[in-house]
Amino acid sequence: MLRSVREFRKPTILTLLLIIGEVFIEVLIPFYTAELVNRIKAGVEMRAVVQLGLILVLMALVSLACGGAAGFTGARASAGFARNLRRDIFEKIQHFSFENIDRFSAPSLVTRMTTDIGYVQMAFMMTIRAAVRAPLMLVFSVVMAFLMGGRLAMTFVVVIPVLVCGLLLIAKKAMPAFRAVFRKYDRLNESIEENVRAMRVVKGFAREEYEKTKFAAASDNIRKDFTYAERVVALNSPLMQICLNFNMIFVLYVGSRIIISNRGTTIDVGQISAMLTYGFQILMSLMMISMIYVMLTMSIESMRRIAEVLQTEPALKNPENPVTVIADGSVEFDHVSFKYSKLAERNTLDDISLRIPSGATVGILGGTGTGKTSLIQLIPRLYDVTEGSVRVGGRDVREYDLERLRDAVAVVLQKNMLFSGTIRENLRWGNPGATDEELTEACRLAQADEFIRSFPEGYDTHIEQGGTNVSGGQRQRLCIARALLKKPKILILDDSTSAVDTHTDALIRAGFRSYIPETTKIIIAQRVASVEDADLILVLDNGRISASGTHESLLRESRIYREIYEQQTRGGAQDE
Amino acid sequence: MNKRNSSAMLKQNFSSLRRVVKKLFEYFPRLAPLTVVLVLFSSAVSSIPSLFVQNVIAVIEKWYRGGDWAAARPEIMHYLTILVILYVLSLISMVSYTQIMAYMTQGFLDRMRRELFNGMQDLPISYFDTHKHGDIMSHYTNDIDTLRQLISQALPTLIQSGAIVLVVFSIMLYFSLWLTLVLVLGIFAMFYVTKTVGGGSAKYFMEQQKATGAMEGFAQEMMNGQKVIKVFNHEEASLRDFDQVNDELYDVSRRAHSYASILGPIMQNIGNVLYVVLALAGGVFMLTGLKNISLSGMPFSVSILVPFLGMARQFTGNVNNLAQQFNAIVMAGAGAARVFALVDEKPEADDGYVTLVNVKTGAKGELVETEERTGAWAWRHPHTDGTLTLTPLRGDVRMTNVDFAYVEGKDVLHDVTVYAEPGQKVAFVGATGAGKTTITNLINRFYDIADGKIRYDGININKIRKKDLRRSLGLVLQDTNLFTGSVLENIRYGRLDATEEECRTAAKLAGADDFITRLPQGYETVLTNNGANLSQGQRQLIAIARAAVADPPVMILDEATSSIDTRTEAIVQRGMDKLMEGRTVFVIAHRLSTVMNSDVIMVLEHGRIIERGSHEKLIAEKGTYYRLYTGAFELE
Repeated sequence: MLRSVREFRKPTILTLLLIIGEVFIEVLIPFYTAELVNRIKAGVEMRAVVQLGLILVLMALVSLACGGAAGFTGARASAGFARNLRRDIFEKIQHFSFENIDRFSAPSLVTRMTTDIGYVQMAFMMTIRAAVRAPLMLVFSVVMAFLMGGRLAMTFVVVIPVLVCGLLLIAKKAMPAFRAVFRKYDRLNESIEENVRAMRVVKGFAREEYEKTKFAAASDNIRKDFTYAERVVALNSPLMQICLNFNMIFVLYVGSRIIISNRGTTIDVGQISAMLTYGFQILMSLMMISMIYVMLTMSIESMRRIAEVLQTEPALKNPENPVTVIADGSVEFDHVSFKYSKLAERNTLDDISLRIPSGATVGILGGTGTGKTSLIQLIPRLYDVTEGSVRVGGRDVREYDLERLRDAVAVVLQKNMLFSGTIRENLRWGNPGATDEELTEACRLAQADEFIRSFPEGYDTHIEQGGTNVSGGQRQRLCIARALLKKPKILILDDSTSAVDTHTDALIRAGFRSYIPETTKIIIAQRVASVEDADLILVLDNGRISASGTHESLLRESRIYREIYEQQTRGGAQDE
Repeated sequence: MNKRNSSAMLKQNFSSLRRVVKKLFEYFPRLAPLTVVLVLFSSAVSSIPSLFVQNVIAVIEKWYRGGDWAAARPEIMHYLTILVILYVLSLISMVSYTQIMAYMTQGFLDRMRRELFNGMQDLPISYFDTHKHGDIMSHYTNDIDTLRQLISQALPTLIQSGAIVLVVFSIMLYFSLWLTLVLVLGIFAMFYVTKTVGGGSAKYFMEQQKATGAMEGFAQEMMNGQKVIKVFNHEEASLRDFDQVNDELYDVSRRAHSYASILGPIMQNIGNVLYVVLALAGGVFMLTGLKNISLSGMPFSVSILVPFLGMARQFTGNVNNLAQQFNAIVMAGAGAARVFALVDEKPEADDGYVTLVNVKTGAKGELVETEERTGAWAWRHPHTDGTLTLTPLRGDVRMTNVDFAYVEGKDVLHDVTVYAEPGQKVAFVGATGAGKTTITNLINRFYDIADGKIRYDGININKIRKKDLRRSLGLVLQDTNLFTGSVLENIRYGRLDATEEECRTAAKLAGADDFITRLPQGYETVLTNNGANLSQGQRQLIAIARAAVADPPVMILDEATSSIDTRTEAIVQRGMDKLMEGRTVFVIAHRLSTVMNSDVIMVLEHGRIIERGSHEKLIAEKGTYYRLYTGAFELE
């Protein structure tokens, strides 16, 4: 994951260097202040005092420069790291195959890009700012303390192990408690979301009080766990205080004893105050190290979730020497079986063989879960077959360059979608360089031109997120126009006219016949009317082709087809 | 944002902060003041020791030329003993208040969460229709989190460091007025820095939040349409667009954190410079023999200067601590303001006084109210003259000349009149936005009508307590919402005191028993994520069973079967038909096979009923319904 630092390696390293400088000076300052105190005490002439004071001010300025610059570079590095991580995740997702997309839900991916990266960014910043500072400060301070304090420094031999053990113990107890409580917290938020989403059900059944009681119990449960975890962590500062206090007493007692016994020859008063300062610095840096430790462990879960995305291998890869030319729009299935997961017991598609000549119109019918969508998704290689082979233009789809293949095979997905932007921008997804004439032509063919022109802003009408400001039928026709702009060799409509009225639906199909006769058209539909004039109709049942033929032959031969047909023409008649 | 606007917002945020503190004291009337006392005590006790350090140093200075440790020892020990006692006291108070704080913070957050949630349950449906769910959720996550920061960190630091600053300041006055005056100059510099740098940081943190929202929105849309992106080879283009929002976020995030992290070094080094200036000033004062003005009356000497310098360090350190909380406080103010905005939202009004009660038939054939569960229900209607009538619950719903608008001036329904007698099936047909769902929203009073009348069993529904009104109406919606929990618990949601047997009967009625028993753990199978492991049809069947177990006299089916294909619908339909038997039913469907066998079909257009009658009658009329039926008309 650290690879994502990239161009921000420089500010990262710079931050580390600047902080080394800052720490160096920060440790020297007590030394010089002690000296200053001594000089004042000795009553030397003012000039020497001023001289030392100037050195100290200079040091403060350098320290400020280092610290300030480190603040800037550190922020730049961590924000940049977060930016790169977000970009890497987003880019990775762009390379996901359908199989990968199915595995991660959109909200979970968004959480990774916001909350999780937020934690990692904080941890990264804390680490580069403190990872050098704390140990360095510790070493410097200990060295200085021993140099200056001599025997007084013995206090740290006692204090440091006590503090380290204490901090470790607290961290060890608190970490699992926090992890557990965060998981519970996530679940609580999920249940709040569930409640908000289902508010009509809650109110419809007058369950407000019940929900309140349920929530109160869950919230209280979290309160208990959280309180425990926080109480453990709350022991940190008293522990720190004890150590500081011990240090103080020890230094004062031993210090005064040595000074008085030796008549101030070995150490002096200035050294005592310096020792107190170093003691403080040493303990602070230990505290900081323990904080980094906690931060890092807390963000490990987030890092794991990010890494999970980054390490996902796209399930589909371009072949070594891809074929870039698709000969024609013929499609062949040769004993194709398919399942979404290797672990699945049953095949979603089972031993499918069929042959569609270029330019033909094929209709596919069948209930939900019979494999219609799975079947057509194999043609542009959105998934790879489990067994057998799918051929387009006479070649296995796995031999083609993916981008070329998908340019030649246009799919209007069942869960079609428009993006926020103008109608024109949305249509240009099909062909970024399309001229206005081409746009209009495609829209006429999809029977969309007329209603687009009825909007005050015509093709510049803004589409809201999810396309909520156009009706279902209009959205479907826009999506068809968008696909037509690709000028594909194969056009697949997956239940894409379900909200379009039968008359318009017929006009669209008539347009296909006369304007794009050489394009292979594959139409999945619920309505028999949408497919009855097709050259070939496939009836799917349970992942197999249960029957195929023309409308007339199927009416004679297929019970399922007849059933669907009758239900739709007479409507619910079989219930009576 | 203009200046006046932002200052008004600041004011509001500030008053929200005050409200948080007030609430804290309300929830913990004893613990909260105790904590303040303990924090103050502990900080006072921990700043006094510097006095004794000075004393010890004075003792050392007195004795070190003589080198007689034995003689000096009692004097030193005297001070050290006091010091140890102070430390112990400070430690005790520190342990107590940190423990209490941990308890109080979580207790407070728990109370706030519940207040938020309870308030939310009582809000009218219109609130949820007009607010994004993501925004509502962020009150529970982000905003509550800012409060946690505030209570567990910012407030204690504020009290503690504030107290230390005050105490140290007085002690410094005790030592020397002149030196203290020098220090005051430094404080001004520190305040100025906090205001500019801290203010800048707070500003960019808010912008960072906004930019995160923008990035989140973009990512959300792209991830939802990821398959479309793939199909159109649009990966590179969407990555380019993403770079733009991502870079913007990077920019404000970098600024926010820059400001936040330079505050520390600046404050610290102002402290350092101040230290030198004080030392020099002290030196000058000593050398020039300036007369010291102080409460202690001591003349300038090293024994004043050394501890004074120590205290100055402590002082600037604590001012730095205070400055570091600036950000958290500004953010918490904004967070608290948003939380209170939801809490203060006006709850759904309910002044209904007609209630639903169990009844049994008395000796003379009259209805008698009873506590028993008889399965027979009646409306208990108290009148102004003190009398009481019991009207049996039958399911007779009449809407007369109803007008309604969600937004004033934009009428959704005009002059709608619908009569549904007990046991009748009434269907609504029409394009999206014609007002079908609106009608059902009015019957269960998710929204209140603007003009006209709705009567339920002859009673104006405005007089009926909402809880009881809704209990008598079963609801099955297009979007099935199941809850995390077992299948059984989900069905029981319809009636909380239903036995397992009753739930199973309801499931059988709905035609759901069959597939439920084939699930891995049958009725105990746990559903998560809105029943993601079930098919759409199966989810719908559970929702129907849930309505069935409630056994209401009136059912509202809003596009309950629209996302199921026709073959599956045939199966669900059987369950639905059984469920509808003997009940008044309102059906909304865009699939005509669902509505055909209704007693009466209402065709809606632009909020008006344009055709009404049975299927046969409407077909014969050859109007809109006929055109819809023959598919010559686009519906959605």
